[in-house]
Order: sequence, then C-alpha cells, then structure tokens
Amino acid sequence: MASWLQVAVLVVALAVVHKPLGDWVARVYTSEKHWRVEKLAYRVVGVDADSEQRWPTYLRSVLAFSLVGVLLLYALQRLQAVLPLDNGMAAVEPSSAWNTAVSFVTNTNWQGYAGESTMGHLVQMAGLAVQNFVSAAVGLAVLAALVRGFARAGTDRLGNAWVDVTRSVTRLLLPLAVVGAVVLVLGGVVQNLSAGTDVTTLAGGSQWIPGGPVASQEVIKELGTNGGGFFNANSAHPFEGPSAWVSLFQVFLILLIPFSLPRTFGRMVGDRKQGFAILGVMGLLAAISVALLSGFQAGALPEGQEVRFGGPLSSLFATATTLTSTGAINTQHDSLTPLGGMVTLFNMMLGEVAPGGVGTGLYGMLVLAVVAVFVAGLMVGRTPEYLGKKLGRREMTLASLYILTTPAIVLVGTAVAIALPEGRAGMLNSGPHGLSEVLYAFTSAGNNNGSAFAGLSANTPFYNVALGLAMAFGRFLPIVLVLALAGRLAAQGRVPVTSGTLPTHRPLFAGLLTAVVLVVVGLTYFPVLALGPLAEGLS
Amino acid sequence: MTAPVLDRAPAPETAKPTIEWAPALRGAVRKLDPRGLVRQPVVFTVWIGSVFSTVLAVLEPSVFGWSIAVWLWLTVLFANVAEAVAEGRGKAQAASLRRAKTTAVAVMEDGREVPAASLTPGDRVVVVTGQVIPGDGDVVEGIASVDESAITGESAPVIRESGGDRCAVTGGTTVLSDRIVVQITSKPGETFVDRMIALVEGASRQKTPNEVALNILLSSLTIVFVLAVVTLQPIAVYSGAGQSLTVLIALVVCLIPTTIGALLSAIGIAGMDRLVQRNVLAMSGRAVEAAGDVGTLLLDKTGTITLGNRQAARFVPVGGATEAEVAQAAVLASLADETPEGRSVVVLGGGAVDRPAGAEFVEFTAQTRMSGVDLADGRQLRKGAAGAVQAWVRSLGGEVPGEVGTSVTEISTAGGTPLVLAANGPDGARVLGVIELKDVVKPGMRERFDELRRMGIRTVMITGDNEATARAIAAEAGVDDVLAEATPEDKLALIAREQEGGRLVAMTGDGTNDAPALAQADVGVAMNTGTSAAKEAGNMVDLDSDPTKLIEIVAIGKQLLITRGSLTTFSIANDLAKYFAILPAMFAPVFPGLDTLNVMRLHSPESAILSAVIFNALIIVALVPLALRGVKYRPGTASALLSRNLLVYGVGGVVLPFLGIKAIDLLVSLIPGIS
Repeated sequence: MASWLQVAVLVVALAVVHKPLGDWVARVYTSEKHWRVEKLAYRVVGVDADSEQRWPTYLRSVLAFSLVGVLLLYALQRLQAVLPLDNGMAAVEPSSAWNTAVSFVTNTNWQGYAGESTMGHLVQMAGLAVQNFVSAAVGLAVLAALVRGFARAGTDRLGNAWVDVTRSVTRLLLPLAVVGAVVLVLGGVVQNLSAGTDVTTLAGGSQWIPGGPVASQEVIKELGTNGGGFFNANSAHPFEGPSAWVSLFQVFLILLIPFSLPRTFGRMVGDRKQGFAILGVMGLLAAISVALLSGFQAGALPEGQEVRFGGPLSSLFATATTLTSTGAINTQHDSLTPLGGMVTLFNMMLGEVAPGGVGTGLYGMLVLAVVAVFVAGLMVGRTPEYLGKKLGRREMTLASLYILTTPAIVLVGTAVAIALPEGRAGMLNSGPHGLSEVLYAFTSAGNNNGSAFAGLSANTPFYNVALGLAMAFGRFLPIVLVLALAGRLAAQGRVPVTSGTLPTHRPLFAGLLTAVVLVVVGLTYFPVLALGPLAEGLS
Repeated sequence: MTAPVLDRAPAPETAKPTIEWAPALRGAVRKLDPRGLVRQPVVFTVWIGSVFSTVLAVLEPSVFGWSIAVWLWLTVLFANVAEAVAEGRGKAQAASLRRAKTTAVAVMEDGREVPAASLTPGDRVVVVTGQVIPGDGDVVEGIASVDESAITGESAPVIRESGGDRCAVTGGTTVLSDRIVVQITSKPGETFVDRMIALVEGASRQKTPNEVALNILLSSLTIVFVLAVVTLQPIAVYSGAGQSLTVLIALVVCLIPTTIGALLSAIGIAGMDRLVQRNVLAMSGRAVEAAGDVGTLLLDKTGTITLGNRQAARFVPVGGATEAEVAQAAVLASLADETPEGRSVVVLGGGAVDRPAGAEFVEFTAQTRMSGVDLADGRQLRKGAAGAVQAWVRSLGGEVPGEVGTSVTEISTAGGTPLVLAANGPDGARVLGVIELKDVVKPGMRERFDELRRMGIRTVMITGDNEATARAIAAEAGVDDVLAEATPEDKLALIAREQEGGRLVAMTGDGTNDAPALAQADVGVAMNTGTSAAKEAGNMVDLDSDPTKLIEIVAIGKQLLITRGSLTTFSIANDLAKYFAILPAMFAPVFPGLDTLNVMRLHSPESAILSAVIFNALIIVALVPLALRGVKYRPGTASALLSRNLLVYGVGGVVLPFLGIKAIDLLVSLIPGIS
C-alpha cells in the first residue's frame, strides 16, 4: 500500500512539474537574450554567441569540450596529492584515472573506485561535480540541436553548442540544483568540507565518520542523471540517503528533467501532442518496468536492499536509476532476484530511452521513433516522414547505425571479457550469475548508465580500460550520428500534414513505438539474457 | 460507387496473373551466382551461411547437418525464385515487343536504304502503306492511319499527321494507309520500344530511393543479429553450452530479416509490372514510389472529370408551354442532329420517335446558329443559341417573354449552356422553352474524389472555362480546387506553388505545351496519343491515353510501399517465435530451466532448429504471390491503414510462425536421424 502511495506521489509530482519545466527548457533553447553571466562566460572563452553553427562545427565543439574535460579530470586525479584539499589522498592510479575521467565526462559515472577513500574534496568538487553539470549540459545541447533539426526547415544551422551548454548549466541545472540541495540538506544529507572525524562509539569502539560536500554533489548526481555517488555505497549511504522521503525525493530529481523534455520537444516543434506521445511511450515503458521489477521482487529476501525503507522503494529506485542513465543506487542490483536483475539490465538495454538520461534519453527515443515511422510509414502507403521530414537513404543510414552502435559495444565487450582470462579474473561469481555481472558492467558502460551490479572487481587495468572505451564509444558515436541526422533534417524542407500522413501523436503510434523499442532490444539481447539471468532465474 | 480504385477495370487478360514456376526455377538456379547476390545483403548473408553449413556437413556428415545445409540453400533459392517469377512476367511482354522491332531497313527521304538501327535524330524517312515505322519521330509531311496495336494492344487505327498534337509516331507501329515523312527523334537503341523492353524485363531496374533506405535498415538489422550470434559463442562456451557452427548459422539465418530481404526486389518489379498490366509505362521506379506520395492531383476537366461533351440536363418551359410539350418539340427538332448534344436532347426528351413524314430538317450552320425541322403541317421548330432563336421569333412577329432571358442568364451563370427552343405555327411564333446543356460529371467521380481526400490528396481541376463555369462543375464533381482559364504557364506556376509547400504533384498531359508542366510534375503521365515532346517530358506514358488512370497510378504507388512495409513488419515479427524455438533447443540441455521457454513443446533440439529453418524458407515461397500481387489496398486514412496492416502483418507475424513451426516440427520429428 505504502509503495503504491509512493509511486502515486511521484507520478503526480512529475505530472504537475513537467509542463512548466518543459516549457521553461524550450525557452532556454529558443530565447534570443543572453544573461549577463553567460555573456561573461562567452567573452572569457572567446565565443561569438550570436553565430549559429553547422552540424560539423556543432559536433566539433561538443567533442572538443568533452576531450578537454577528460584531460582536465585525468590531470586532477593524477596530481591530487600535490594540489590543495587532497584530504591526504594519493594520486589515482592511471587506468583508474582514465576510467573515471571518461566515466564522468560521458555522464556515465561508473565508479571503479571507492569515492571516500580515493578522491579528495578538490577532485570531488572541481572535477567530478563540475562534470556532473557539464556532461549533463552536453547531452541537453545535443538534444536541442536534434530538436531544432526537426523544427527548422531549409537551413544548415543547428544553433550554437557553446550557448546551449552554457545555458543548460546557468538556466536549468544550477538553479534546480540549488533548490534541490537545500531540500536535501534539510532532509539530513551532509554538506561540509570536513575530511571526516574519528568518534568513539557507545560501545567504546572507534569509528571514522566521513564528511564532505555531499548534498551539493548528490543533487546534481540525480538531476543530471549522472549517478556518481560521493560514497562507494552511493545513495544507500545514510549521509547520501538519510530517510525514506529523501530517497523518494531523489527518485523525483532523477526523473524530473528527462520526463519534462518531451514537453520541450513538443513546444519546439510546435505540436505539443507530439511531445505528449513520446512522454506516453516513456511512461508506458517505465510503468511496465516498475510493474515487472516489483512483481519479480515480491517476497524476495531483503539482502542487499535498502532495508531501512523496504523493498518497494528499493525497486522503485532501481527502476528509476536504470531507466534513466543515472546509475545511482540505493540497492545492490546484484542482490535482486535474477529476473528482477534482468529487468534492471533490460532497462539499460532499451538504450536509456524511457525516459533516459537528460537529453540523451530523448534523442535516443527520437531516433527509435524515426525507425518506427520508417516501417509504419510504409504501411500507410507513403514514403515515410516524421514531423514533416522525409526519411530517406541518408536519414536511415544514420538511424540504422545508431541502433547498431550500443548493442555492438555491449555484446562485443561482454564476449571479449568473458573470453579473456583478464576478464574472467574479475568475476566473483561463476555460472549465469557471473555472466550477468559482466554483461551488466558492459551494458551499464555502453549505455552510459554507470550503475554496477556489484560482484565484479572492476577496478583492474583490464576493466578500467575496456569499460572506459565502452563508455567513450557509447557516448560519442551516437552523438556524431545524432548531430549528423539533425543536420540532414534541418536542411530538408517540410512536407505538409494531410490525412494521408501517418499520425505520430495518437495512441496507435505510441503503442507501435513501444513495441518497436521492446522488439528491437528484445531480439538483440534475448540470447545473452537467456544464458545469464534467465538461465539463473528459471532454474 | 464505393468499389476501391484497384478493383476497377483491370485488363481482362491480366486479371488473374499466373505464376510460371518452371522457368522461374531455372532462373533462380542461375541467380545462385554470388556476384549478383551481393546486391541483396540479406540473401547474400544466407548464401555465405549455406556454403559454410555445406562444408560442415561434408566434414561431419549427419542427417541434421545435411538437412540444415539443404534448407539453407533452399532459402537462397526461394529468394531467387521470387525475383525470377517477378521478372518472368515481364519477359513475355518483352518478347512481343521485340517482334514489333523487326524492321531491318529504313527508306530515307532521298531514296537511300539504311539499316533501321543506324538512324539518328534528325534523319527523315519515308513510310508508306504496309510498312513499319523504323523509329520514333514526328510526322513532318503527310497524314496516315497507323496501327499501334503492337505497343498499345488497341487494334483501332489512329490518325497521325504533320503539325499539331497528333504528329508523334512510335517505332514499331505500322502505317495502314497513305505516305508520311517522319523525322526521327530517338537515338539508336533508345527508342520507346527499346526502353519498354528494358523496363518490362527489369534489365534497367535500379533500386528506388525508398528501397535503398529499407535495404540499409535491413542490413543494419542483419549486422546486429550476426553480432548477437557471433558474440554469443564465447559466452555460451563460458556457460558450458558451446554450440556447433551449424546451429549458430541456423540461428543467424532465422533471425536476420530473410523474408523481406528475399522479397524486396520482387515487390519492386511487381509494382512496375502492375502498371504495365494497366498499360502504363513508368520510365523509372522512382516515379512509381513518388506516385504513392502524391499530395496534389491536377486533372483536366474534359474527358477526365466530365464526359467529353455537354449534355441536355433540363427543359425549362416558358410562356405557358407544358414540359411535355417542350420535350416533344425538342425531340422533333433534334431528330436529325447527330451531335452528342443533339442526341442527349433526344434522350432527355424521352427517346427517339419516327421521323414525321414530309418533315424537312434544317441543318445547323455557323451563320444561323440554330437547327430544327419544318413539319409537313407547316409548323417550324428551331433550337439554337439564345440570341439567334429569339431574333428568329421576333422576326416572325412573335413576342419573347422576359422569363426567357431570366432562365438563359441563370443557366449561363451556373456554368451551363442554354439553348432556346421556339416554334412558328398558325398561331404565330413563340418561344416554347429553354434547354439546359451542361457538362456532365462522369459517374462515380465524386466518390473517387472523396476517396482521394481521405487519402490526403488534393484534387485540382484544370480547365479553359471561365471561373464561374469552372467553379460550378468543380462543386458538382467535388474537387478541391480549380484552375480556370488555364494557360500552360498557369499550370507550371501552380505546380511550382504546390511543390514549394512540399507537396508532390501528379498530372497528365498530351500536348507539346504541356511538356514543361509534365517535366516539372513529380509524376507526369503523358498520353500515348500525345506529342513526342510530351512523352519525353513525362516520367510515365499511358498507352490507353486515359487521363482518369492517374488515380489508379497513385493507388499502385501506395500499394507498392504498403507491401514493402507490411512484409518488413511481418518478417521482424516472425523472429519472436523463432527465438522461442531455437534458444531452448540450444541451451536447455545445459540449463534445464530454459525449457520453460519451449512453449511450442517442440520434439527435440534438432527438430526445433530444423523446423525454424524450414519455416523460414517456406514462408518466402508462401509470400511470393502476395509480393507479386501486392497487399490489399483500400483507400482510407493513414490511421485506418496502419491499424489494419499492423493487425494483419504485425500481430499475424507474431502468431503465425508459432503455429507453422509447431506443424513442421510434427513432421520433422518423423525423420529418423532427427528424432
């Protein structure tokens, strides 16, 4: 009963907030005015904020920005011992530093390390927390470019990447984060610069109580669907998730922006129903997922779950964190029932589209919509078009490569890891469960989720490098394809809508898109799921 | 008239296309050559799998291994059969066209004899009675009746003369009378007949843009599934469930979209073929696809929307005459009038009566602008242009009541043509009434335009009439818009305007002045009776010269795309059942729990895998007739079409293979080496 109430509160809260927030985001990306602080930033970087970019330039900007982010973050970790605020932490080992740098820049936030014993406050704040903001901003910027591709006609301009990234931070992420952080602090999440204190417990033993700027990082970890916790235990740590309502609030923060973006999309393409249809698909997939996970977890042993708040909230958190590309956890997914664990795996395999990470989720869903429209459009007797844009050879090449990329990364990564001794060495379990752990790691990395199944010693050079590559390819190859697609779409004219046009805002199409997502993903991963969680769960 | 467009008037001899399996099979075997198969990535993937599985079967012979190898080869063969059958249907037409091409020599204007194949544009040749015209061209001298049945199938001869819109002649047609001089317009080997032969044989067939896009999606799915299976092996080995290469190949072949991959090119060829069966030649497959996308149809009024001539629609009695009186007089006055208008008056007036004895008929002349009859009893009846007949009545001292002028004006305003009917007898001359002639919209046109509107297609009527007349007819026929007093420039401008808004435009035309518009239109259908310039400019030629066919062409384009989409959906939906057959077969021996996925309760792992492979192959053959015929298409809104096709091909595609594989499994399990 309590669990349904939690879900109901969450749904109502999102339903109320998504409209104003979605409208606001649309204004962020269409407004002509620059804020003073933004102008300052443009002047410092040397950007002409009023000139718009073609897609290759937009892409170069995004890639260059990310590359600089990786290099800076790598340097910060390697040099932390000689920099201030290191809390006595040593320089991070190279493969781990690479992995972490890529992980945070790609909005994955896979953490091969234990936060409280590896990263000093400077790295946490100037490195990780900064990337928590800007990696989310990059995802939003790419989405903005794609939506403009649909919204515009006969132009080669997609907007300005620097402006989009900056505004995502100044007008969306920062203001929300400030409000969210205050709420979290009120709820008991720690926020200080203490290196931790040793206390004597009631029993007379000694315990080290860590401290740090937790709330400020916690809030953006969720808002930006990042997922990298301050502590190794992530949101299961009492200083990150002190109470049940804070946990629920965190779920709300995770879902807040991704579920608002369809509204933004509808606004920007001038047809709010289109956004609503996409929101419906995301909601439907999420509902199926929550229902399945709750079903599979009913009566399961509470081992590894967030026992303070009970199983249902654990399930809800697990669904939210894997459906978005967050990867924050308050439950060890390793300890879910095999079929429950499969649901979290499948959530990520969907390609993080329901609702997915900030920006990334919606652009992934829009590419899938392009594929769905292509097949369905033929069935109404027209060469397919989506939102007045013809889907021809080039468009389909890009969309086809997009749906090919992540499965290729995940499957090849898993197969290689399983085949090599270095890969097998990290597995703490054997049999199907061990396979699930490796599969989960590559699924999480390839889809830029970042959550871990646990049970895999991933802080080894092999996994650090392999998962780092999976994260990098899983992030940037799709971005290349999406921006190229945006360029193609913007250059096209617009085909008028008639009664012969496939309506893409009706339940029929929403159902079809849901089916396409499930079938494409299901068919791709069914064999490997059969050997992992299914083999374990059905025995 | 609610019958769907496509059910209407198929040529009788092609109404039931039969499939010639035997020559198709021979063609299919020839197509096993991998160099040709590379163009079809999905089928080529199966071909590679077949080669591997054969090698494996040779190295380690087993009933299962050989069965898989044989059925994989059959899968490739069946894919080829689909294409060969589709091509075969064009071969017969090509053969008859070749016979038309048999003129070996041409007589030049100066009397020299040269090989017909060496004629180049600008050459002038003489053709006399009984000779075959050696190449495409325009008549520059003379007039002749020409038998074009070799190309159009229509046996009635047509007149071709120099100058004007009836000057074009086609190589391969026969002059039945007289002598003409023809200036050749086609290059050697590129005559109309040459192009027709290439088209119907499918030799010059290039993949259409949408076909290319679909092929890309299918290739991408193929790569995903190949990857999924290739990466499965190390994972399976880790799990202690390593698979034989034969099984992995079988899995790949079952998962990749073989059904649509195999039928894709057959669907394209068959789409062109359906046009050919309706005597329409599409010069490119692109045009057929574009036809499905058409957003605006430009239709000529006369002959397309209305019957060719105006017809009597109503009698308006005046001055106390009864309607029966008017009708009787009108019939008498029109008995000798053999024009369509005259005949229509007779029909409206109750039908022909015997010619009264001693009656003298007065012919229509341009001077009098009226016609009629002088009866033996001295009565005179006249019908004709309002002004002329009224003047005639007045000249005989009769009065013309004001209501005549009123109804004349009323009829003209409504787009009709008024004829005034008057009588002169013992009691003086008087006007009996007014006959309303009007354009008669062909039966069923309104329903067709409603259909088109539901399909999202705007119709625009093109006419030389004035705006008021045009609007009146447009309202009656139910077209969306009119272009009145249309000049060729107006047409061109209209097309450009529609295209600017992103709509694709289709039109028909036959005159030289239509050529620019035909070239500008996305689908330009030239009438075969038209000039060479028109035929050159359009991307389709209608051999029947029936402008109404534009509507059918649109339907055929749509049907082609729907067939493609539906079979793609079907093909992908099939995969679900195949997984439920193959995966438990592969892994249940190691993980017994996975046997719960064996929902079909298939007999054994081998029989399960083989059944899936056999189903995969047989479904191709089973769908060949559908691919050739095209899926059923009823004009309707996009939503209605989508729900129907999703239900049939999506849901059907999920359910059918479960039943099919189970049925095959029951048979396969009887094979000794399998069970």
